[in-house]
Amino acid sequence: MALPEIPASLRDLRNLLLRGEIACRDVAAAFLQRIEKHNACLNAFVHLDAEKVMAQAERADERLASGGREPLLGIPLAIKDNLNVRGDPCTCASRILTGYVAPYDATAVARLRKAGAVFLGRTNMDEFAMGSSNENSAFGPVRNPWNTDYVPGGSSGGAAAAVAAGLAPAALASDTGGSIRQPAAFCGCVGLKPTYGRVSRYGLTAYASSMDQVGVLAQSVADAALLLEVIAGHDVMDGTSLREEVPPYSERLEGDLNGVRIGLPREYYGEGLDKEVRESVQGVAGLLAREGAEVVEVDLPSTRYAVAAYYIIATAEASANLARYDGVRYGMRVEGADPIEMYGRTRAKGFGPEVKRRIILGTYALSSGYYDAYYLRATKVRTLIRKDFEEAFQRCEVLLTPVSPVKPFRLGEKIEDPLQLYLCDIYSVTANLAGICGIAVPCGLSREGLPLGAQFLGPALGEERILQIAHIYEALRGPFGSPPGF
Amino acid sequence: MQGYDVSIGLETHVQLKTRSKLFCSCPTRFGEEPNTNVCPVCLGYPGTLPVVNYQAVRLTVVTGLMLGCRVNLHSKFDRKNYFYPDMPKNYQISQYDQPICTGGSVEIEVEGKVKRIRLRRIHLEEDVGKSFHFGRSSGVDFNRAGIPLMEIVTEPDISSADEAHAYLVALKAILEYGEVSDCNLEEGNVRCDVNCSVRKRDGSRELGTKTEIKNLNTFRGVYRALKYEIARQIRVLERGGTIQQQTLRWDDEKGVTVALRSKEYAHDYRYFPDPDIPPVVLRPEEVEAWRESLPELPSRRKRRFQEQYGLPEYDAGVLVAEREVADFFERTVAEGAPPKAASNWVMTEVLRVIGESGKRVSDLRLRPEALARLISLVERGMVNMPTAKEVFGVMLETGGDPERIVRERGLAQVSDEGELMEVVGRVLAANQKVVADYRAGKKAALQFLIGQVMRETRGKANPKAAARILREQLEG
Repeated sequence: MALPEIPASLRDLRNLLLRGEIACRDVAAAFLQRIEKHNACLNAFVHLDAEKVMAQAERADERLASGGREPLLGIPLAIKDNLNVRGDPCTCASRILTGYVAPYDATAVARLRKAGAVFLGRTNMDEFAMGSSNENSAFGPVRNPWNTDYVPGGSSGGAAAAVAAGLAPAALASDTGGSIRQPAAFCGCVGLKPTYGRVSRYGLTAYASSMDQVGVLAQSVADAALLLEVIAGHDVMDGTSLREEVPPYSERLEGDLNGVRIGLPREYYGEGLDKEVRESVQGVAGLLAREGAEVVEVDLPSTRYAVAAYYIIATAEASANLARYDGVRYGMRVEGADPIEMYGRTRAKGFGPEVKRRIILGTYALSSGYYDAYYLRATKVRTLIRKDFEEAFQRCEVLLTPVSPVKPFRLGEKIEDPLQLYLCDIYSVTANLAGICGIAVPCGLSREGLPLGAQFLGPALGEERILQIAHIYEALRGPFGSPPGF
Repeated sequence: MQGYDVSIGLETHVQLKTRSKLFCSCPTRFGEEPNTNVCPVCLGYPGTLPVVNYQAVRLTVVTGLMLGCRVNLHSKFDRKNYFYPDMPKNYQISQYDQPICTGGSVEIEVEGKVKRIRLRRIHLEEDVGKSFHFGRSSGVDFNRAGIPLMEIVTEPDISSADEAHAYLVALKAILEYGEVSDCNLEEGNVRCDVNCSVRKRDGSRELGTKTEIKNLNTFRGVYRALKYEIARQIRVLERGGTIQQQTLRWDDEKGVTVALRSKEYAHDYRYFPDPDIPPVVLRPEEVEAWRESLPELPSRRKRRFQEQYGLPEYDAGVLVAEREVADFFERTVAEGAPPKAASNWVMTEVLRVIGESGKRVSDLRLRPEALARLISLVERGMVNMPTAKEVFGVMLETGGDPERIVRERGLAQVSDEGELMEVVGRVLAANQKVVADYRAGKKAALQFLIGQVMRETRGKANPKAAARILREQLEG
C-alpha cells in the first residue's frame, strides 16, 4: 500500500488531518513503516506495539469523524522510555525494570493523550538518563542517523535519532543536564528544556529530582512550541510544578530582532571548545546581529564549577531515587538468602556500570563526614550559578551558547573515559542547576557531515522569548535538511 | 535505685487523625485487607512524587501550639536513607534539621509533685509498611506506608518509669483534646522509642551511657521496659561493669530487654533535603487562626471544673483525664444533674464500666441526658441508691429511659403513706421485744426496725419515710 507523504510540520499535518485529506491510521502506518525499515540500524525504539498504535489511530479517526478538534488529534509521538505510559513497559533502558508495566500515565503523557496524540513507542536512552552518548543502554547503543558510526548524543539519543530520521514527528523526553538539548544538537533537531517546574515531573522516572525536567524534541521550533503548550502547567501531583499560566507559545513566535540583546557568555567560548562548533555558533550570532539584534558579551564566572556541582547534586539525588529498585515490589529480582543479599544481587545484575558509578558517587557525597565538603558546597555553587544567570539576564534577554563543546563523536570513542564525557556537559548542566529554560537548534554541519547545535538560554519562565528568537533564527537559517538516506 | 540518677528521653510517634496519607490520597483506615489502601505514590513506583497533606501539617502545628512549642514558619522535608523491605522507596521522608515545631513542654504530676518535661522538637514523617513472615516466604503490607506520623521528642528530663508513664498519659490526653490523634493504642497509633541512662549520684554532671529501647506500643510496655532496664543498668554498674550503648527491644512475655543485632541499626542515614517537596512555608495569620481555635486543655479544664462546679481537685483530675469523659460529665450537668452527684456517678459507675469493658464513652448506650434523669430520680427520692444502680445497669444494656425502667420493673420507691403504714404495723407486731427496747430508751433499735421495713418491701421503701412513720407509731 502506498502511504502518503507526511508534511514536515505538525501544523501542516494537523491541517491535512482536519481536512480529511489524510487519515490518522495512514499517518500512523507511515511512521510504523519507517520505523520498521530503519530501527534495526538506528536502535531508536526499544518498545513498540504496532497493534496498539493502530488502535489509537483508529480511535483518533473516529474522534475526527465525530467532530473532535483536540490540538494533537491523530498526531503520532514517540515517548522516551523513562516516562510512564499506562499499560506500557517503562524500563529506562535498564535491566532492573524488566517486566515492569506502568500502572499510570505521567502527567505530560496524560495531557498529550487528552490532546489526541497517538503514542508510537518507547525510545532508547542512556540507562536512567545517565549519559550523553546513548551508549549506556541495556538495549545497546543508538546510532546517529547522519552517520551510523557516530553517537546520537544522550541521554535522549533514541528520541533525537527518531525525530531526526523522521521515524516520529516529535518526541517527549527529559533533560536533567542536557539530555534533550545535546542529542538534539548531535542529530540536527530542535530540543527544548523548559524551566524547572514548567512541566510536571509526575510520571517521569526520577534521576536527579531537582534538575529533571520534561521537554520535547521536534523538527522545528514551532512544533516544540505547540507541544509545550499542551504539556506545560501546574499539576497537583507535583509539588514543584509552577502555578504560572501557560501562554499560547505557538501563536507568539513571530517578531523581529530589533533591539533584542543577545548575550554571549565568555566562559562558554573559552578553552576546550571545538573550533568548528565555535565558528558555527558565532555564525548564528553574526546572522542575528545582521538582522538587528545587539550581541553583547556577558560573564558567568561560576561556570567553571558547574560540572563538579552538577555531578555531586545529580548523583546524590540519584543515589536515593534509585534505591527503590530493590526487587521487592516490581521489576527484576534475583533471590537471596535474606533481603540484604537479594538487594545486592538484584542491583548488581540489574544496573549497568554507569548507573552503579553514579550511585556510588552520590552515596559518597552524602555520607557522614563528607556531606559538607561535597553536597553542601555543591548547593552553594548552585546558588552562585543561579545568581550569575540572574545578573546576565539583567543585561540581555537571551544567551547564545554552544550546546556541547564537542561535535558528535564516534561510538566507543569516549565511553572508556567517563570524566572526559562529564566535562562535555559544561554548557548544558548550568541551565538545569539554575532551573532556567533552554533550546537547542541545529546550526551547521561538521567536516564529517554531522550536525552542530546552538543553544538559546532564557530566564525562568522565559520560554516565550527563547522560542521566538530560535524561531526567527530558524527562518533566517533556512531548511536544515534530513540525514542522507532518510 | 538509691544513689542513682535516671535520665529518660522519649520519642513518641503519633498517628495523626487525617483522612488521607501524608503524601498521597490513599485512606488511612485501619484493619483492611493487606495492600488495598495503596497507590503508585505510596508504593514508591517509578516517577511518582509526594505532595504534602496540608491537614497533617496543620495538626502538627496545633499540637505544637497546645504544647507551647515554637512553630517554625519555615520547615522542610528530608530523605532518610536506609534499605528495608517495608520501605517502598528505601528512604523515609522525614524532617531532619528544620522540624515544624521546636521546644515546648508537657506538665506531669507524680505522687503529688508537678514537673515539666521539656520537649526538643516535633516533626512530621511517613510511616512504613509492615512485614509478615510465613514459613518460607515473607510479605509486606503497605497499607500503613505513608500514613502521617508526628514524632514528639523530649529532652532527657524524665527520671523514672512512673514519670514516663505519667508523661504518656498526659500527652495522650492533650492529643485527644486537640483531636490531632485518636491515640488508639490497639491500632498502633502511639509508639515509643525510649532512651535511658543511669548515673551514680556523685556530683558529676555527665549523663551515663544510654541504651535505646525501640518500638514500644503500649504505655504499660514503656513502664515495664523502663523498670527493667533501669534496674538492669544499675545492676551492671554495681558489679563494676559498664553500660554498652546499644539498641534493645522489649520482650513483653519474658519481661526483659533484648539487644538487637547492632548491624540492624548501625546506619548512616545520609539525610538530605527532599528535592521533590518545596519547603513548607506557613503564614503567621494561619498559625494565629489555629491558635485561636485551640480547645481547652486538660489542665485548664481541671481548674475550671473545680471553680465552676465546686468539685474537689481529685474529682476534677479524674474527670478531665479523658476528653470524652469530661464532655460526658459536662453534658450530664447541663441536663440538670447536680455537679457533685454527676461527678460521683461518672467517676464510679461510668469509669468502672469503661474499665471493665474496654469501651469508649462514646460507645456506651448510656446518654448523658438519661444519666441526668436517673440522678434526678434519686434526688427526688423516687428510687434509692441500690435500686438506682440496678436501673443504671439496665440503661447500659438497653439504652432505655430510667423512668420507664423503674415503672416497668416495679422498682419505684415505696413512699405511699398507707402502704408503708401497713408494713410498719406488721413489723411492729412481729418485733414486740425490740419495740419494748426502743420505748425503754434504746433508740438504736429504730435502725433494726427500718431494716425490717426495707426487707418487707424488698428494698423499695423510702427509708426516710419509713423512719418517720416508725417514729410516729412508736412514740405516738
